Amino acid sequence: MHIIVVGLSHKTASVEIREKAAFSPNMIEKPLLELIALEDIVESLIVSTCNRVEIYAATRDIAGGISRVKRFMADYHRISYEQLENHLYSHHSESAIRHLFRVASSLDSMVVGEPQILGQIKSSYGYAAEYKSSGIILNRFLHKAFSVAKRVRTETRIASSAVSIAFAAVELAKKILGDLTGKSVMLIGAGEMCELAAKHFINNGTSGLMVTNRTFSRAQRLAEDFSGEAVPFESFLDQLHRADIVLSSTGAETAIISARDVEQVVRRRRFKPMFFIDIAVPRDIDAKVNDVESAYLFTVDDLHEIVQTNLAQRNLEAEKAEEIVEHEVGRFSHWLNSLELTPTIVALRNRFDDIRRAELARAVSGWKGLSTEDEKRLDALTVAIMNKLLHPPTSALKKAGQGGRIDLYVDSLRDLFDLKTESQEQDELELEE
Amino acid sequence: MSQTFLYLTLALYGLATLFYLVYLSRTTEQLASWSHRLITLGFIAHLLSTIHLISSTGQLPISTISESLSLFSLTIVGAFILFERLYKVAILGSFVIPLAMISIVISSALPETVSDVPPPQYGLWFWAHILLIFVSYATFTISCGASVMYLLQQHFLKKKHFGALFRKLPSLDTLEEISYRSLMVGFPMLTAAIISGAVRSYQAVGNYWSWSDPKQVWTLITWLIYAALLHGRFVVGWRGKKAAYLSMLGFVVLLVSLIGIKHNLNW
Repeated sequence: MHIIVVGLSHKTASVEIREKAAFSPNMIEKPLLELIALEDIVESLIVSTCNRVEIYAATRDIAGGISRVKRFMADYHRISYEQLENHLYSHHSESAIRHLFRVASSLDSMVVGEPQILGQIKSSYGYAAEYKSSGIILNRFLHKAFSVAKRVRTETRIASSAVSIAFAAVELAKKILGDLTGKSVMLIGAGEMCELAAKHFINNGTSGLMVTNRTFSRAQRLAEDFSGEAVPFESFLDQLHRADIVLSSTGAETAIISARDVEQVVRRRRFKPMFFIDIAVPRDIDAKVNDVESAYLFTVDDLHEIVQTNLAQRNLEAEKAEEIVEHEVGRFSHWLNSLELTPTIVALRNRFDDIRRAELARAVSGWKGLSTEDEKRLDALTVAIMNKLLHPPTSALKKAGQGGRIDLYVDSLRDLFDLKTESQEQDELELEE
Repeated sequence: MSQTFLYLTLALYGLATLFYLVYLSRTTEQLASWSHRLITLGFIAHLLSTIHLISSTGQLPISTISESLSLFSLTIVGAFILFERLYKVAILGSFVIPLAMISIVISSALPETVSDVPPPQYGLWFWAHILLIFVSYATFTISCGASVMYLLQQHFLKKKHFGALFRKLPSLDTLEEISYRSLMVGFPMLTAAIISGAVRSYQAVGNYWSWSDPKQVWTLITWLIYAALLHGRFVVGWRGKKAAYLSMLGFVVLLVSLIGIKHNLNW
């Protein structure tokens, strides 16, 4: 049994194509079941996110399986096969294993180290398990992928540092203020960056959001969105002492917060540290504010620099992650191959034994003057011959060790001796587990 | 026997110091846990060595600078292990353990002077006084270490230097907390130490306080500095730089008191 994957991602297809090829989560049962109804496809799993659509399957026939899945994707979404095929990639066996391990560990994501993909794969697996389109192979495979992803997250720092301005702002705030729970934020002005950062801060436990804007109604609307309080622009300086974090992004031509203002505010706060982020250009906050004790001022450029440093670090960590993945791919491949081994040996043995019995029965039936004693001797003889014949190949199989050899031997044996039907195999795999 | 323990302690502390210093530039989980193991083992060896010394000589190992430094080193390591467990800030070791190492190295380098004066009769108050002094000194050392780290981290944040060390150092908030928490343990101990010292003084020479005893005076100065620091922190609202510098000043005074000043009374 082999694992295959067929799919497209942000690396091979634009968003228009990805949209067309996507599978919706509330209608995932049908395609999952249709996949396993395809010839030679025994198990299936679909991963469909905004950045990738991938179908994982367990199949006996690699080439046939891959082409059938590709055709299925085109037919199901009513896209022309030729058009779709250009964007599809496929992997099998070891490289399929490597692919999922990498994807789950966020090494294939747009932003390496992003946390969403693992959750997305987990829910894809949930559906496959629910509708029973996955079986022993994919179940084990996915569970392994989850543990590899976990290893990567804990053993490398691939996901430990912020790679977006908003995240960097939160990270900095934590470096200054420690735990953000209960800290308060003031938003001055508006804008996408501001709101995104505010959202992140709230997610990290801040409470007490104040919003101020030259246009009071805008402040009120924003305050409502974040369940905060609107502060009139004319008096925001009086309320500034209540904020631990200040985000400023107005269209003002000159600074709206001076160093003198902050000195007073800081004293009023009994020198509790205060974090200022100035996103505006031209800047809203006088640069000298940074020299005030207990006040820490950062501009977008500073945040950007942090992001750059973190990205560079992530790439280093990604290398470590690839090593971990490679190691795990080897282990899982070996397991998958050995799964085939014992049933194959058993099947070979059974085949030999069937032949032995049949021939023995035939020989004995016409034999006049054969005593029970002699019959027993004959039986023992044929068993001994069979065992002697089987011994070298079976021990060689068991010694085959890692690498592609077991796979090769097992496949060859099956072909050469015409072992097993499809369903018998499934039964045995199930017994194995 | 105590010689063996001493060498063992030196070796373990030395290795731990090395690991903690390397931890400043390369951070791996293994490095952190090995550093921790080494220093814990070193502490046990040192503790056993000290206990053995006390039981074999019958006196507290504080009569010479060498002995005081050894005890100082022991208490620093003990306090560090405790704080590291509480706050999980391994990198504190990079700043504190080297101090302990220097202390024990100087201690073993100094010649042993054999005193022919018979040891005085130690009472409960004396033991209490010594114990309290040394433990409080250890916590003040932790506070100083955390203060140095605070100043570093603050520098990085103000100057926007986002290097590897910046990433490793914990938040300003955590550093401040370690700094003043350790003071809140150490200061009452120091107070109790001065009081128990006064009682002992009365027992030995008949008065609680003698202004001509330099050690008592220096200890009082130390006490005043930390009192000012705590008052400033909680009442006035001193934070950041001021608090950090004061903590470091207190530590320097404490060091002078420990190794430079002796009681001039016969206790």
